[in-house]
Amino acid sequence: MSEAAHAAMARRNPLARLWNDKESRQVIIQIISFVLIFAFFFMMVRNAVINLEAIGKDISLKFLWQPSSYDINQSLIEYSSRSSHFRAMIVGILNTLLVAVFGIALATILGFLLGISRLSKNWIINKMAYVYIEYVRNVPVLLHILLVHGMIINLLPLPRASLTIGDGAFLNNRGFFVPKPDFEPLFLAVAALFLGGVAFAFWFRKYARMVQDQSGKHYPVFWICLAAVAGVPLLAYFVLGAPITWEIPELQGFNYKGGMVLRPEFIALWLALSIYTAAFIGEIVRAGISAVDWGQNEAASALGITRGRTLHLVVIPQALRIIVPPLTSQYLNLTKNSSLAIAIGYMDIVATIGGISLNQTGREMECMALVLALYLVFSLLISAFMNWYNRRIKLVER
Amino acid sequence: MKFRNTAAAAAALIFGATTAAHAATLDDVKRKGEVACVVSTSLAGFAAPDASGRYTGFDVDFCRAVAAAVLGDPNKVKFVPATTKNRFTVLNSGEGDILFRNTTETMSRDADLKLSFLPVNYYDGQGFLIRKSAGIKSATELGGASVCIQTGTTTELNLADFMRTNGIKYDPVPVETNEEALTNYEGGRCDVYTTDASGIAATRTGLDNPSAHVILPEIISKEPLAGAVRHGDDQWADIGKWVVNALINAEELGITQRNVKSKARKSGDNPKVNRLLGTEGGMGAMVGLDDKWAVRAISAVGNYGEIFERHIGKKTPLGLERGLNALWKDGGILYAAPIR
Repeated sequence: MSEAAHAAMARRNPLARLWNDKESRQVIIQIISFVLIFAFFFMMVRNAVINLEAIGKDISLKFLWQPSSYDINQSLIEYSSRSSHFRAMIVGILNTLLVAVFGIALATILGFLLGISRLSKNWIINKMAYVYIEYVRNVPVLLHILLVHGMIINLLPLPRASLTIGDGAFLNNRGFFVPKPDFEPLFLAVAALFLGGVAFAFWFRKYARMVQDQSGKHYPVFWICLAAVAGVPLLAYFVLGAPITWEIPELQGFNYKGGMVLRPEFIALWLALSIYTAAFIGEIVRAGISAVDWGQNEAASALGITRGRTLHLVVIPQALRIIVPPLTSQYLNLTKNSSLAIAIGYMDIVATIGGISLNQTGREMECMALVLALYLVFSLLISAFMNWYNRRIKLVER
Repeated sequence: MKFRNTAAAAAALIFGATTAAHAATLDDVKRKGEVACVVSTSLAGFAAPDASGRYTGFDVDFCRAVAAAVLGDPNKVKFVPATTKNRFTVLNSGEGDILFRNTTETMSRDADLKLSFLPVNYYDGQGFLIRKSAGIKSATELGGASVCIQTGTTTELNLADFMRTNGIKYDPVPVETNEEALTNYEGGRCDVYTTDASGIAATRTGLDNPSAHVILPEIISKEPLAGAVRHGDDQWADIGKWVVNALINAEELGITQRNVKSKARKSGDNPKVNRLLGTEGGMGAMVGLDDKWAVRAISAVGNYGEIFERHIGKKTPLGLERGLNALWKDGGILYAAPIR
């Protein structure tokens, strides 16, 4: 078709004219895609509703207020089999958050150690970290969880032959039993001193920076803050005569009673998730530090800045900029991977509302929708926090 | 083949096609040429793959009986292994046509989970398995014990009720399958395993030294185990129901796997036998089958008593007594509705 014929057709047909225009064509394509995607989801929802109706099921959340009738072995809040399914869900949420928070903390510490080891000039440390990372991150996390759980169950002794650690801690294949602190009124003073110390540390850091900006004088900020946060309260604790009594776990019947317990399922999930995620974090940290040009180190030492302060003031701030975004997705992965808890019977969200409640009430749609929404909320919260942190540590460019 | 199924499923999803819940299951089954039967992942004596990978067991034989009655071949069964947790979802989503999975009939499962239960094929109750060395004589002494329990079962709820009413604190260890329970129990993660007494008998056979373990005297619940189908297809429910009844009636009438063919050849002088074996009465047509439906079912797997003795009876490793599951005229409570 010649150019003239094209134009003639376009004049005759306004639709063809719209299509031939690059900008309006883009809009049309977007509208069509939007309609198709919307139609797809509409069909899915409609299909679910129709099929549920066909077997006589409605969609309702009323079941959440019925008694759950099942017991949960690890609960951070008061819970019994007479509590509602809703409360069971809260127990599950808290258990998921517990393992996620502990997991993120341990994975970060391990990961940074691994990352630094990978950069070490010591051949053995370097290669050990390398082997660890390559082994751990190439084995699925579910296997790590099952392996750690299996090791705890089969290698640790039964309660009667527990390993005793110190005076009041016991380790067996039912968990790690530690003394439970019972706070006396005087302990409030220690707690108050601790909070005061934290506030002082924040203030002092600012103050020290101001002094440095004005006069160039350094304070040993770290040691002073440590003394305020930990030293003073510890001193007070002993001066006041150690105002905590410890409830020591005791072997009674089948198992230890009293004290606090870390259950094998929690330990297995926590360790496995941390070990696995740490391998990825290690690589992220290594990449972040390697990405800071060596010239920066040389420049700093030419200015007479010590090795430690170079790391603290020059390298780490620039490395963090590179580390934080991928670190965020590792935190998200860890949180989502915690749903594998079901494999070893750790009572997280998936096991409570998405598992037993679902099965006992037959409310698949509702329960799965709740589980989905909860993970989405957790992930978005973690992202939001990490994005805030990322903005905070961003280099201010001039 | 696999891909075609997936593609068909995706198409069904997108275009809002009807699921099996709408259609007549009998037609579906005939078209597919197989009965999709939901069974246990592995429970010795009830449903477990044998050395050659062929599913065998008490529940399995009921699946085969249905396939024989409907399709004329006891091997035209597709076994869909399900955990206690996903079994009802599997059935209700249409992945399975019928369920024989040592499942307790309860009101909420019937009415709220939308299942239609078939006649009870095993009367059971919940018991406890524990090591002899623990020195425990009664379930009321279980304070502080770790108890392994399959999630999504009635036993889970019974246990919570039993422990609460008796004021016993315990540590529930939830597991997904019977094998997982076995691993945890053997590894010493739990002191006690609780499930239906028949399940305990089956599980005990899998332990290294079965005699080192005892079953506590308490039976803390009623567990009428029954097959089930989805709500909403009465014809299919009737087929399941009357196949089970036919197998129980066959035992009552002395019809066995061996003699069923000869008895069915011509009408005898017992009208009960004649109706069951289709030489009079035209009973099969009432549920959409032909007159030889029961003959095929019985010659495939035998009568109820034969199934019981073959898989879970005294001569098997499980060694279960007939007990409650004897016929009503032999002191049990097995009492099938008459075929007339």
